[in-house]
Amino acid sequence: MREYMTTRDIVGPLLLIESVVDVTYGELVELEYPDGTKSLGNVLEVNGDVALVQAFEGTRGSNPSGTKAKFLGRSLELGVSRDMLGRVFDGLGRPNDGGPEIIPEKRLSIYGSPINPTARDFPDDFIQTGVSAIDGLNPLVRGQKLPIFSGSGLPHNELAAQIARQAAVLARSAQADAVGEKLEGEFAVVFAAMGITFEDADFFTQEFRTTSAIERAVLFLNLADDPAVERIATPRMALTAAEYLAYECDMHVLVILTDMTYYCEALREVSAARKEVPGRRGYPGYLYTDLATIYERAGRVKGRAGSITQVPILSMPDDDKTHPIPDLTGYITEGQIILDRNLHRRGIYPPVAVLPSLSRLKQKGIGPGKTREDHADLSNQLFGAYARGLQAKELAVILGEAALSDTDKAFVAFADAFEDRFIRQGKHEERSVAETLALGWELVALLPRTELKRIKDEYVAKYLPAEKEA
Amino acid sequence: MEQGKIVKVAGPLVVAEGLIESKMYDLVRVGAEGLMGEIIEMRGDRASIQVYEETEGLGPGDPVDATGAPLSVELGPGMLESVYDGVQRPLDVLERMAGAFLARGVTAPGLDREKRWEFTPTVSAGERVIGGDIIGTVQENVVIEHRIMVPPGVSGTIADIAPGAYTVTDAVGHLTTDGGDTIALTMMQVWPVRMARPYARRLSAAEPLTTGTRVIDTFFPIVKGGVACIPGPFGAGKTVTQHQIAKWSNAEVVIFIGCGERGNEMTDVLMEFPELVDPYSGEPLMKRTVLVANTSNMPVAAREASVYTGITMAEYFRDMGYNVVLQADSTSRWAEAMREISGRLEEMPGDEGFPAYLGTKLAAFYERAGKVECLGADSGVRNGSVSVVGSVSPPGGDLSEPVVQNTLRVVKVFWALQDQLAFQRHFPAIDWLTSYSLYLDKVETYWNAEVSEEYRGRRDRCMAILQRENELAEIVRLVGLEALSPEEQILMETAKSIREDFLQQNAFRDDDQFSSLKEQDLLLKTILLFHERAIEAHAAGAALKDIFAAPVRERITRAKYLGPEDIDQYESIASDIETQLVGGGANEDARAVYAGGER
Repeated sequence: MREYMTTRDIVGPLLLIESVVDVTYGELVELEYPDGTKSLGNVLEVNGDVALVQAFEGTRGSNPSGTKAKFLGRSLELGVSRDMLGRVFDGLGRPNDGGPEIIPEKRLSIYGSPINPTARDFPDDFIQTGVSAIDGLNPLVRGQKLPIFSGSGLPHNELAAQIARQAAVLARSAQADAVGEKLEGEFAVVFAAMGITFEDADFFTQEFRTTSAIERAVLFLNLADDPAVERIATPRMALTAAEYLAYECDMHVLVILTDMTYYCEALREVSAARKEVPGRRGYPGYLYTDLATIYERAGRVKGRAGSITQVPILSMPDDDKTHPIPDLTGYITEGQIILDRNLHRRGIYPPVAVLPSLSRLKQKGIGPGKTREDHADLSNQLFGAYARGLQAKELAVILGEAALSDTDKAFVAFADAFEDRFIRQGKHEERSVAETLALGWELVALLPRTELKRIKDEYVAKYLPAEKEA
Repeated sequence: MEQGKIVKVAGPLVVAEGLIESKMYDLVRVGAEGLMGEIIEMRGDRASIQVYEETEGLGPGDPVDATGAPLSVELGPGMLESVYDGVQRPLDVLERMAGAFLARGVTAPGLDREKRWEFTPTVSAGERVIGGDIIGTVQENVVIEHRIMVPPGVSGTIADIAPGAYTVTDAVGHLTTDGGDTIALTMMQVWPVRMARPYARRLSAAEPLTTGTRVIDTFFPIVKGGVACIPGPFGAGKTVTQHQIAKWSNAEVVIFIGCGERGNEMTDVLMEFPELVDPYSGEPLMKRTVLVANTSNMPVAAREASVYTGITMAEYFRDMGYNVVLQADSTSRWAEAMREISGRLEEMPGDEGFPAYLGTKLAAFYERAGKVECLGADSGVRNGSVSVVGSVSPPGGDLSEPVVQNTLRVVKVFWALQDQLAFQRHFPAIDWLTSYSLYLDKVETYWNAEVSEEYRGRRDRCMAILQRENELAEIVRLVGLEALSPEEQILMETAKSIREDFLQQNAFRDDDQFSSLKEQDLLLKTILLFHERAIEAHAAGAALKDIFAAPVRERITRAKYLGPEDIDQYESIASDIETQLVGGGANEDARAVYAGGER
């Protein structure tokens, strides 16, 4: 063991340790401060015989003369095993539910390795979340990363918990016009909390406990009063566990990361302490690359049964979508579900802002065999009609309702009904995709037949309630 | 070769000492695993090296081996249908060697050393050749004939050359230089990526690169050898547009660089291109494609190199006399990689932390596009081109940021994707008011000869209608449609028709994803004919609502789904327009028709 008492500077979460030998980049360090506090750290930079170490659990209690640093010759690892299911860990992967230590099957570096692009399998299996605003319009597929962009005070936790509870895979259907059966598969949930409050974390643990989802869940909790720098490791801990469950235990893993905003702030804290040239709003220039190393760990690998689907949650400061965190996230993830404050104020749950939300993989995940043949056309029509309805509503605000044409009035009525019946649903209401589609057809029936331009005629004839009867 | 020692490791940047004889941009092997790296700064005997693989586990004292050669790509048969990372490591081979996850230090040559290619000489012993001359061909696959050339800068007399099956490193023949030296001729050339391949002469490009996407081909065309830029806030459909260009453009070779983008998107390309049928050859699209994939979670330094790797390959195919289209998605990620490396070098930052040389590097990259007379004795006969379509991903959709601004200074075509249009499900979401193409005047001659003399005029007329619609929309928003004159109301209706029946195109619908220039012209002609007849009919007394309700409008809406075999349908639509839109009173029968009834 290489132990040093040669700390020179301590700045924020960073320690500069001198006269070290054979230290490598990324190496794990065990720090012991004069007051007995211990912390793990890793090497951020090594220059000759000087190592720059980031202390995950903070530097409180340390001083230059009395700090002991032990270099462990390996990087930060997580011991993984199937027994992790049902357990709660802290942000660095140590059990904090009072249970015993995990006896690891394997020890894996938490940084993982990038998936070779040629080894990826394209995500095209629909996941039924039971939420119409998602299934109908912005469907989630296995291996996708689809973040929820939210704001303070919005019910993103409820929505995430609902998705975690209801997520299910459908069997392939042999008929284009019928939806497959719901499969009871090996679904696991890996949940990582970064900097959220005890209340929020407790909501999730209670939610998992009451629905007994806890038995197929692994929780990593770094709460608001836990050391901030530890958060940099937490999502990687969670994803390492997820990769093990997905690729070695053949499970379909849903990873919920909340709240990515706090993660990025921790990154900024370290960057500022290193006096790096800041990018936008003080976040480091490598924020994109760093986030990519987290989000890109979602996916499917050819020849392996399991998959990793990510639903990261981030709260947009001041509901600003152009803030660097949501902005860079949106460039990496395959779409986003945006929550809207106005819908929330009007009491509509889930307050999904349908128009700016997007699932980039939806074209591949829906259609005959996967959901139903009319799904894509219907969802395009719902989008278009809702957009037009909102435009007409804006016009009505300026000119008065009377100025609208009859067609526009129909669109306004559609938009209202769409929000009230399609988007709105109960927190424990699970709608199958067939129910969601039926609801969609009921709603487009409010529009003049000639306006259904985005749906193929044969589908209109087959599914539109009025035409079906005729 | 000399060996140095690491003194500092900070992320992807390693500083080594003891590399005295190495030069800037030389390739080095770092650490015991021999990770690839490139020297990017030298101070005294200390060299800063950007490492193309994850540097975790490296420390001071580890060895750095010089190679004495700059970062280069291998050019020769076997590139097509390949998938490379940013430094030309074949990803499919790496997968076979190391499994689904990228392991460090695993490497393989860019071109397969074992595979034999059937070589057919096109010159014979005793002939004099110069750099760039084609000495033989290899049918690389059914679509592309790979032309083997004399490397630039080499000339002399062919001593011997023979047909047969060779590997890329075998000598297919020998050449005696004027100085009397003998040089082995192989099918493989090695070229440093940061150096543009030479050509005889740059030409002005005037032939359109057609893409089958109506808003591009008609409204904002690009030429073979042109440069274009697609910006787009996320979710605006940038990637889909790019894939459309790769699939449908009439270039012989496609190079697609996934630079710092999503892994799943790359997978989409990887799985779709072999399935997609190239409309020009009937073979899988992959057969004319080279993919360079350096996704966002792969090492950042290799991302920086990936665009150079890609464009060097493009130039090589250009030198054979092919038209190549190169797509770089996204140059913003490339610029960010530069920024990251620059930050680690502790360079003084320019705008938003980007290095001060950002503009220079971007301009130099785009300037490697163009149409040229290829090098060789047959110069002037053999022409090739590289067209570059670079995408940018401005943060927050802010077009004033440095990468976009520096790009706009050099590109000639700008396809402005807009998220507002995407929300309305108007795809491709290319904003017709802010996009531009500086090639319009250049392609006009081609249009006149190949499409129709009136095409340009129709295009300009439609553009003017859309422009006028934008001005009128303001008034409509304030006081309503009824405040407009009847002519203006017809114009608004026509503008809507141009938007919905022409500009909107569904990339996922088989009967809509591709339109030939001829079809595009006919569609415009039809829409404009309706516009003219509507004005005349109104002047003759027909009511606006009857005109707008004419049954033929349904046929116009569906015209874009017509295939090339139904081109005669346009005539029948035109005759419908002529019969249904006539003045009121004069013809009772006709009036009955446009009022919706049957005769």
